[in-house]
Parts: sequence; structure tokens; C-alpha cells
Amino acid sequence: MAEALVGSVGLVAVAIGLAWLSCAATALAGGATPVVAGLRPAREGVRLLRQRRRRTVAADLHLWRAGGWALVPSSVLMLALVPLGSRPALTSDVGVVWANALDVAVWAFVWLLGWGANSVVSLVGGYRFLALALGYELPLMFALVAPALAAQSLDLEDVARAQSDLWFVTWMPVAFLVYVIGVLGFSTRGPMSASVGREIGGGVLAELNSVDLLVVRWGRHALLGAGSALAVPLFLGGGAGPWLAPWAWVLLKAALLTVALAWTAARLPTARPHLLMQPLWTFLLPAVVVQDLLVGVILVGGR
Amino acid sequence: MTLEGVLMIASALIAVGVYGALSQQVVVMAMMGLELMIAGVLLAVGGLWWFLSPDPSGQVLLLVVLAAMTVEMAAGFAVATLLHRRAGTDMTDMAAELHE
Amino acid sequence: MEILTTVAFGICGLVAVGSGVLVFVFDSMARATYALALAFVATGAALLILQQSYLGAVVILMMVMEMAVMAVYMVMFMGMNPALMPMSMVHSHRAALGSAVAVFVVLAAGALLVPWPERRSAPSEEVTRDLGNAIMGSHMLVMLIIGVVMAATIVVGVVLSSARTRYDRLGDDLDGRSAERDDAGRGGAR
Repeated sequence: MAEALVGSVGLVAVAIGLAWLSCAATALAGGATPVVAGLRPAREGVRLLRQRRRRTVAADLHLWRAGGWALVPSSVLMLALVPLGSRPALTSDVGVVWANALDVAVWAFVWLLGWGANSVVSLVGGYRFLALALGYELPLMFALVAPALAAQSLDLEDVARAQSDLWFVTWMPVAFLVYVIGVLGFSTRGPMSASVGREIGGGVLAELNSVDLLVVRWGRHALLGAGSALAVPLFLGGGAGPWLAPWAWVLLKAALLTVALAWTAARLPTARPHLLMQPLWTFLLPAVVVQDLLVGVILVGGR
Repeated sequence: MTLEGVLMIASALIAVGVYGALSQQVVVMAMMGLELMIAGVLLAVGGLWWFLSPDPSGQVLLLVVLAAMTVEMAAGFAVATLLHRRAGTDMTDMAAELHE
Repeated sequence: MEILTTVAFGICGLVAVGSGVLVFVFDSMARATYALALAFVATGAALLILQQSYLGAVVILMMVMEMAVMAVYMVMFMGMNPALMPMSMVHSHRAALGSAVAVFVVLAAGALLVPWPERRSAPSEEVTRDLGNAIMGSHMLVMLIIGVVMAATIVVGVVLSSARTRYDRLGDDLDGRSAERDDAGRGGAR
């Protein structure tokens, strides 16, 4: 019982840490100095907590708050699936499927955020998110098939262990690229940030303020961090590495990938959803299916 | 947790689904009733698998039921969209045009 | 441990049936859709308790995705009604209720009165791996048929619901010459 409590606190701390890195990297990419960027999450947090909570007229409060407040628990659950060192906090023999299920749950939460506010700009943001989600989700699911296929197991520990001689990212780069696009998609960052776009007044973030806005912004950054952390056992070798302990390597790799993704996402422009549809469906999806075929051929041929 | 308990819960789900499928006027809500019925069947098959014969061929039946659920939803939404576009309605009562 | 499993299963069952009833009680479309999502998550959790780890996870994944898309359809067809205006859109309410009760009575009587046989074999350690081997080995026919049926469903869905296809946007030869001029929503790859 005590171990579970310590574990949960540890996971929340990791979620805060990775979200902090993501927020700081975004600010850094926006031109802030390192010190200002590093302190930005704290300043934003304090600023938001001092605001008075408000709500819109005839908002569906239950659905609205549920959507907003569920983003951080989703990211914490994703982190619980990552094998930090020896075993993950939540062991499961189908860890890859659970990771996928959690990022699909984000669909529901972001749409509820858009719907519940009873506001046009929020609803537009929610619908934009669903449009983008329909595009990136199928390639993401096929990209998750590739490491599971290569490791011949859906368990994240087995997938991490199967990379002891060669990291998966080296011989399935297309799957890694598609996975990264998927992470940017479910954390609504970079080219996939149309749902929170400035031209619709902030989209799903428009009617939020105070602690509700804080948890949603924390959730967006934490989802980026959790997606990066999940990439470590899936593509980046798990806890393998020379001097440090396995858990230290996992955290280090996750932190580096988070910073890299957040910085890149902040430098890329937002794409209009309908412009992304055709490339995602007609180019990326066949590419990742061919990648899965290649992985299968290598697996069967090398036996 | 006995087989009878699992089957009672599954029967309750199927019954709620029957109510929905028969009583709802909107096509999508009627489909929700059908989905509940298939969920009840899924649970019943899972329970029968676990309590009577837990070997792999029973699980394949679960996959078939899941596939049936998917197909029903996809085709149902497509038909509802077509109905809405052609006849301007989404109610089952207005979709009786085959006999005209 | 057995008690814990029974209690957990009972909670999942109650949540599933309760949310199922709420689907038809709620006035708001979004609430009805997400009540159905909750019912399905509870069903998936019940399957997890029945040691179906892969199928339970897949049910939860698929159903949450489906409900998110279904919410779009609900709003599209029924208009936005976030203000919870009461609407009773049922027909033959009493007949449906009677049928539902009759179905429940018949099925429950069957569940309680049928002499169920003894358990035939013990479950293996790796249920998921056995399922994978079964569907790629002894039950390969099921995999083939489901694959073809899924592809056919994709075609059905697209054919029934697309209003403007590539041929409308780009002309009969897909080269843009004989097309209508108003291809306003240009995709990103052409």
C-alpha cells in the first residue's frame, strides 16, 4: 500500500517534471532566455491560480470539467505503463494496447472540453481536434504494431528488452516518425495545434481560466512528456545504456525527447486540418503499412 | 462471481438494448440500443468462455462478435448519413419510403 | 481475493447497466453518447476481470473512439442542444418496455434454470498468445473472413456517405480538366 502511494507520487512528479521541460522548451523556442523559459511554468502556474474561476452560461459543467481534468490522469497512466528500470508501475501483458487506448481516450476528453463550454470557438476547436485525430490515429496504431511485431510481444518490458543489441529506431525509422507525429497530435502541439489555434481565440482553451486552464495546459504538456516517455521502451532501447542505472536512462531519454519535440513543435507552423488529411491518409498510412511489412520480412528472413 | 451472475448482467444489458432499439425514433439512438445488445452478448460470451471452456477457440468467437459490432456501427452511420442527406430526416418513422 | 473479484465485477455490471439505462434517459446528446461510452468501458473492465486482457483493452479502445465519433453524428443530425431541453423522442414506449422486460425474464430464467456443464479445461497462462496462435493457425478462416468483411465495410461506408469524391473534384480522368471549378476544399497532397 505504501509502495503504491510512493509510486503514484513519483509518477505525478515525473509528469510535472516532463511537463515543465516541455513548457520551458516551448518558451525557449519562442525566443525567451533560458532562465526566463525555465521559470515560465512556475510563473504561469501562480498567475493562473490567482484568477477567479468562471464558467459560461448553460455550460455542461460535468462534461466540461471531466474533459479538462482527465488529461493529466491520462498522462500519468501512460507514464505508469513505462518500465522505469525493472518493471513498470502497471504491468500488463498488453501494455502497447493500453498505451494506445489512453491516447484514444484523449479524443473523448478534448472533444468534451470543446463541447461542454457552450461556446462556438470551443466547439470549433473540439471538431478540429477530431478531424486531425481521425488522420493521425490510424498511422499511429500501425506504427505501434512495428515494435510489438519485432519484439513478438505486446508487453512493453519485452519490447524494451528486445532492443538489447540494436535500438528499434535505427531499423524502423518510419514507424518512429509516425509515432512522433501521433504524439504531437494527441498533445495538440506543433502542426496539429489547430484545435487550440489563435485564429479561433484559443479553441478549446478559449473559455477556460484559473485552475481549469492550468490543468488543461499542464495536461497538454504532460501528454507530450508521456508520449516521449512511451517512445523510450518502444523505439529508444528502454533502460539500456553504459554508466547510469536503467531508470536514470529512461528518464534521461524521455526528457531529451520531450525537449526536442517541444522545441520542434513550437518552431513549426500550425497546419490547417483539411490540408493535413490527404497527406496523412494517402501517404503516411501506406508508408507505415509498408514499414510493418518490412519489419515482418526482416523478422521472418532473419530466423 | 458465478456464471449465473455474469449472464444476469448480460441479460440486463440485452434487455436495455431491446428497449432502446424498439423505442427510439432517432436512427442513431436506435443504433445505440443495438450496440448495448451486442455488448450484452459480448459479456455473455466472455462469461461462458471463462466458466465453461477457457480455451482459445472460444476467444475467437469474442473477436467475431467485436467485428460484428464494428461493422454494424460503420454501416449504420453511413446509412444514417445517406438518409439524412436524401430525405432530410433522421427519424426511423420518416424512413418508410420503400413502400411508396 | 475471490470476494474482491466478485465485488469489482458487480460494480462493473452495475455501472454498465446503469449507464445503459441513462443513455435513453438523458436529454442531452453528448451525455447520452458518453453514458454509452461509460457502459462500454464497464463491459471492457468486466471482460478484463474474466481474464481477457487483450479483448478487454481492445473493447475499451474501440468503444471510446467510436463514441467520440458518434458524438459528432449526434450533434450533426439533431442539432446542438447543450441547454438540457427535455425531449421525449420515443414511439411505442410501452410496447418497447414490455418487450425489454420479457426479454430479461426469459434470458434470466434461462441463465438460472439451464443445467450448465462443468468447466472443461483450465485456462492457459498466456491467454493473449493463445488467441494470436489460434487466429493465425487453427482459425485462420475467421481471420481471412473478418479481414475481407472489414475491407468491404470500409468500401460500404465510403460509398454510401461520400457526397463529393475525387471524380467530382478532379474530373473523370482525375487530371483536373473536366472537373467542376469549385474545388474549394483542396486536399494537401495535390
